[in-house]
Amino acid sequence: MSWTKKHLLDIESLTAEEITTVLDTARGFKAVGERAIKKVPALRGKTVVNLFVEPSTRTRISFELAAQRLSADIVNFSAEASSFKKGETLKDTALNLQALNADFIIIRHSASGAPHFLSRVLNAHVINAGDGAHEHPTQALLDAFTIRERKGKIAGLNVTILGDILYSRVARSDIWALTKLGAKVTLCGPATLVPKTFEKMGCRVTHDVDEAIRDADVINLLRIQHERQRKTMFPSIGEYTQLFGLNKARFAKTKPDALIMHPGPINRGVEIDSEIADCGRSVILEQVTNGLAVRMAVLFLVNGGKALAETVN
Amino acid sequence: MPDATVILDATAIQRALTRIAHEIAERNERSADVALVGIPVGGDHLAARLAKILSGIWNHPVPVGILDTSMHRDDLDQRIAPTVHPTEIPFDVNGKTIVLVDDVLFSGRTTRAAMDALNDFGRPKKIQLAVLVDRGHRELPIKADFIGKNVPTALDEKISLLLTESGAAADQVILKKK
Repeated sequence: MSWTKKHLLDIESLTAEEITTVLDTARGFKAVGERAIKKVPALRGKTVVNLFVEPSTRTRISFELAAQRLSADIVNFSAEASSFKKGETLKDTALNLQALNADFIIIRHSASGAPHFLSRVLNAHVINAGDGAHEHPTQALLDAFTIRERKGKIAGLNVTILGDILYSRVARSDIWALTKLGAKVTLCGPATLVPKTFEKMGCRVTHDVDEAIRDADVINLLRIQHERQRKTMFPSIGEYTQLFGLNKARFAKTKPDALIMHPGPINRGVEIDSEIADCGRSVILEQVTNGLAVRMAVLFLVNGGKALAETVN
Repeated sequence: MPDATVILDATAIQRALTRIAHEIAERNERSADVALVGIPVGGDHLAARLAKILSGIWNHPVPVGILDTSMHRDDLDQRIAPTVHPTEIPFDVNGKTIVLVDDVLFSGRTTRAAMDALNDFGRPKKIQLAVLVDRGHRELPIKADFIGKNVPTALDEKISLLLTESGAAADQVILKKK
């Protein structure tokens, strides 16, 4: 067992061994979800706060259920109905939550680095549920879990991430996690959204979608993030679908056992053809199931993480 | 290795398991109600070996499960998170006599966690406890029903088990100074 971290802030600072520890631990928690009694007392008496300054439904619900299945109490805090509207700073809001004896703060924020900042001012465990375009560590962990479960391994696999990479925190976390675990990662999409600079992260960049998906063992499709981009990145959604969408013709050219993944929410008919999203090789709903197990594992592991060990990082 | 004593060798381990199996058979007349549940790491191998001996005594297969106790421990915020092992209980525990099998009985806290974890799968009629080694130093009112060997120990000593599922000649239980 090799987990000594007090927080989960990003994938970049994790070792391959730490990532594997999360995946191994999540396997046990996935089994808990399949039982008649889906709850264990591991975090009994602990308080978890979902501090979602940027809206989210699936990640928030997933963390909420994860905390509940570990017997913790959970409070949901959303920006729309909060004191942010009245001008309170993030630090003051977090300190107020800590004054209520919150043990875990799960934060989603539009600013990159917000979880790192909170980890420096709070005693509570901080878990990053997505910070700007920086990282979304639990998504990468659940993606890695899903690939490993389906393929039996990650090292040596060809993983293609297709879509809006530039604005995607999922892409960044996935690239860190999968390359650390030995996968060969290829990024593809419009040149404006997939700049060559990503090659510095240890992956390959191409703008030829047919070439990118031909040898892929896993195709991870990302949503076009309307909310994060200016209109000038590509001419139209229709053109994106035409040039980069996973349609039936392109799907027919993929390896017969290539997995189709998507972090959701999916835009049917935009980045993915509706029938492909529902086909047997699509693991989109398994990703949701696995996300719950991975988040339980993360809460369980950081609970044992020591503040002392964190300073060694 | 200095300060290390072999307290059970492969032959002694097999003999102890055979005796425990006969004691389990003697205590439980309704053999069809008995199932074994091993606590990893160590207890799962022992449970499989006990089940094999018991099925020879009873002339029918004896169900075996594996029960992870890590999520039910009482010290989770005082230590680095323990390894989570898979739990496999391939039978209905309701109404059964469950014999929990562990390698070493020490504080009794793992046994307490195991009883809690088992309750999530149903309500056994009885729970009994079989251990290969009882080293004393209980912190809870827990007592084993079947014991391979009582080993008085000091708190600064450590018991290590080298066990295989089949029971190889190299199997050993060793007592050493920390």
